[in-house]
Amino acid sequence: MRAAANPHHNAPPALPFVHDADTPAIRVRGLRNAFGDQVIHDGLDLDVRRGEILGVVGGSGTGKSVLMRSIIGLQVPQAGEVEVFGVSTLGPADTDAQRDIRRRWGVLFQGGALFSTLTVAENVQVPIREYFPAISDALLDEIAAYKVVLAGLPANAGPKYPSELSGGMIKRAALARALALDPALVFLDEPTAGLDPISAAAFDELIRDLADTLGLTVLLITHDLDTLHTVCDRVAVLADHRVIAIGTIDELVASDHPWIAEYFLGPRGRAAMDARTRHHDMNDDGV
Amino acid sequence: MSLTPDFSIDGDDGAATLRLSGRLTLARFDSIHDRLHAALAEHGGIAAIDLGDVVRIDTVGAWMVSRLAATTGARIIAASAEAKVLIDAVGRSDQPVAIRPEPVFPLVRITREVGTSVIDTFAELKGLLSFFGEALIATLALWRHPQRIRWNAVFTGFEAVGVNALAIIGLMTFLIGVVIAQQGAVQLRQFGLEVFTINLVGRTSIRELGLLMTAIMVAGRSGSAFAAQLGTMKLTEEVDAMRTIGVSPMEALVLPRVFATLLMMPLLGFYAAMTSMIGGGLFCWYGLDIPPLTYIALLRDIIPMTDMWAMLIKAPVFGIVVAITGCYHGMQVKSNAEEVGRRTTDAVVQGIFLVIVLDAFFAVFFTAIGWQ
Repeated sequence: MRAAANPHHNAPPALPFVHDADTPAIRVRGLRNAFGDQVIHDGLDLDVRRGEILGVVGGSGTGKSVLMRSIIGLQVPQAGEVEVFGVSTLGPADTDAQRDIRRRWGVLFQGGALFSTLTVAENVQVPIREYFPAISDALLDEIAAYKVVLAGLPANAGPKYPSELSGGMIKRAALARALALDPALVFLDEPTAGLDPISAAAFDELIRDLADTLGLTVLLITHDLDTLHTVCDRVAVLADHRVIAIGTIDELVASDHPWIAEYFLGPRGRAAMDARTRHHDMNDDGV
Repeated sequence: MSLTPDFSIDGDDGAATLRLSGRLTLARFDSIHDRLHAALAEHGGIAAIDLGDVVRIDTVGAWMVSRLAATTGARIIAASAEAKVLIDAVGRSDQPVAIRPEPVFPLVRITREVGTSVIDTFAELKGLLSFFGEALIATLALWRHPQRIRWNAVFTGFEAVGVNALAIIGLMTFLIGVVIAQQGAVQLRQFGLEVFTINLVGRTSIRELGLLMTAIMVAGRSGSAFAAQLGTMKLTEEVDAMRTIGVSPMEALVLPRVFATLLMMPLLGFYAAMTSMIGGGLFCWYGLDIPPLTYIALLRDIIPMTDMWAMLIKAPVFGIVVAITGCYHGMQVKSNAEEVGRRTTDAVVQGIFLVIVLDAFFAVFFTAIGWQ
């Protein structure tokens, strides 16, 4: 059934290189975040396996983005541990271990967060320049060129500035920058928010393809049920300040938590599920 | 097996095999790319690329291999399944992509930029004038329907533009009064006319410097604030929301700010003149032994009422100029946050510039009508 859920993805591909495959890509234990009196997370545990695409869902205000920011070290939690590839991300940012971890992840922010004074291709070069200053400019240009096209942008998007791009192209350019250092782990914050359905579907497909090709581990925050169905291997549900359930969509649907049932079996959830079934049937006919 | 990327070339020219080994990744890339290309140039063609000893490959390594295979026509052998997928995907993406826009010939660029900025300047002037016109028309409409005047916003403006500026303007003009008196005294002492320092301080404070300094400070404090506030409201579409509800942004946002500045400027200008004369007076007392009562009595003789009128005529005009410039630039913001910063700068620079230009006109005009 799980294989059927992802027609073009039967097993997570082996990572090209793995230190020790047993440690999860991300390990969060006892995370607590609160702003003033408002508790966002309390005792939150989460494991992201290597090579999987994990979707994070939850109602507005359940702290999906805060969770992502805690993992990548932008938000210092009040308590708890966060480990990425077995290294704690809560220490000071300027140590070698921290720099090494930062080199191994890429982040796609919701609004793209492209540097507005640089062109798309120059945006892609920024992380490479920062970590590998020895690479020559000519080589850097070549690397940026294929990265831009790999992220699904047309070749003429390279010299454009972010202000000249459409919403879908901004997301792709931001994805190209997130993948600049060939990270093993990618964080995507609402990758399809604000895109029209056609662009959103194309972006879902791009994420799936790249994750398969590059062997990425992906943590994906989304409200988009279609994305959950077409892209994610597993889904984590955030509610009551913690992860209340994690598993494939079919496993989640089988659970009896009212919020989860409402989420996946409400009118929108059903529509997305039907779409997936139809898509899947069509693929079967093709084969 | 070594992790450092390395290579060896075996076999004869034209049928040689390039054997790559180690980690072909971005982190170790610069050490191999140049060496490899130098060796290949020396060696001539290769027929096969052997990836059997490659421990790890990422997109950069895959790109190098696919580029090599494409340029030399060599076959790729002994690649792992993942490496094949990666090399295929990257190979498809390897297209010529421009990194930055085409550079323009300097002479052409300079000419173009000069032309554009001349056109922009006139467009800006026209925009500013038509914005002023719109504000006038909206004012006339308010004249007919005074119940629509937003007094709350006007009073908030009094506080923001006037009351909150008292401390900084007072301190600034006080110090300027001291400096004028001190510098004037040094020069006038050469002629034994130190007592004329009082003329200098009194007349410049009332007629010119007090108000001019105030206008500059208000342009810096409030003109910039207006531009930033309205610009941000434009960005968050608050201004559009107002329009759709039927509230005129001109009435709700611009006019209260203009009225507030227009009414505060004469008061602030007078206050600035007073603090400036107090500063000058303290220097006269301390440095020239002129007691305060004498200083005040002399000031009353020296300063003609026309100086006061000149100041009171100029002040509201400066207020309008500063407020209109600020609001105009705020309302011109479109699309992105960067523009808010640029427009705020423009508001201050143009506000101060216009105030000084108008002040020069007024100076000539008042002298011409006999207000010496």
